[in-house]
Amino acid sequence: MIEWFTWLQLGVATVAGLLGIGLGLADRKPSDLSLGATALVELLLIAQLVVAIVAPFTGNNASGSVLEFYTYLISAILVPVAAVVWALIERSRWSTVIVGASCLAVAVMVYRMWQIWTVQGL
Amino acid sequence: MTAPQSNDAATTAEPVRPTRVTGIGRVLIAVYGLLALAATGRSFVQIFDPEEFGPAPLAYSLSALAAVVYIVATIALIKSDGPWRRVAWITIGFELVGVLVVGTLSVVDPELFAHKTVWSFFGRGYGFVPLVLPILGMWWLARRGKVRS
Repeated sequence: MIEWFTWLQLGVATVAGLLGIGLGLADRKPSDLSLGATALVELLLIAQLVVAIVAPFTGNNASGSVLEFYTYLISAILVPVAAVVWALIERSRWSTVIVGASCLAVAVMVYRMWQIWTVQGL
Repeated sequence: MTAPQSNDAATTAEPVRPTRVTGIGRVLIAVYGLLALAATGRSFVQIFDPEEFGPAPLAYSLSALAAVVYIVATIALIKSDGPWRRVAWITIGFELVGVLVVGTLSVVDPELFAHKTVWSFFGRGYGFVPLVLPILGMWWLARRGKVRS
């Protein structure tokens, strides 16, 4: 993992998450704004997947369990997709909340991935 | 709908519109799905990572059991009619007992659950979501039962 990219990703996912929950509670149906922010989160996750695959070849190896890292990464990639599909099927304010919650979950998972990659013995 | 419990007059006129309760129920189901995914992921890693499974079969079997229960609970909440209601009550009840028992044991005797499960330390590793969720789940089931009958 690349440190600055990880923090960028964490920031975007947190902002997108709070935005979705905020808009949902403010009675907004899923919009280009909330779904677009989630799409950006998803895009960064795909980029993170590429980074994770390439990084070991440049000497940037995970210090923790690679299997655990990829379990988190693949799960994280699936979560926003599931939330957005849900939002497209059921266009209610609660779907906006769910989309936001999925982004917050991604933020937590990215942080865990960072811990697995860098910090051992946790 | 013989005796509407809701004091909101508008909901009695439009019985089909999703109410606020079922709306929040959607979020509850989504969070349950997320927790099912988290528990499954953890269990998957613990069982299939060769360096992991050996040391704590009890904790890891429990992780797998918890994962299955969360998945069944999520499905039961989505269906939530007829026999699925009972399944939802049983699985959610099991989760509450699980998080309380394992949480207490992990505090009293940390050696027993030195390895992580979703329920260790009352689900601290998961932001206490495993502790809060069954309570919300039961509240929702009870609330829904009232609206229905």
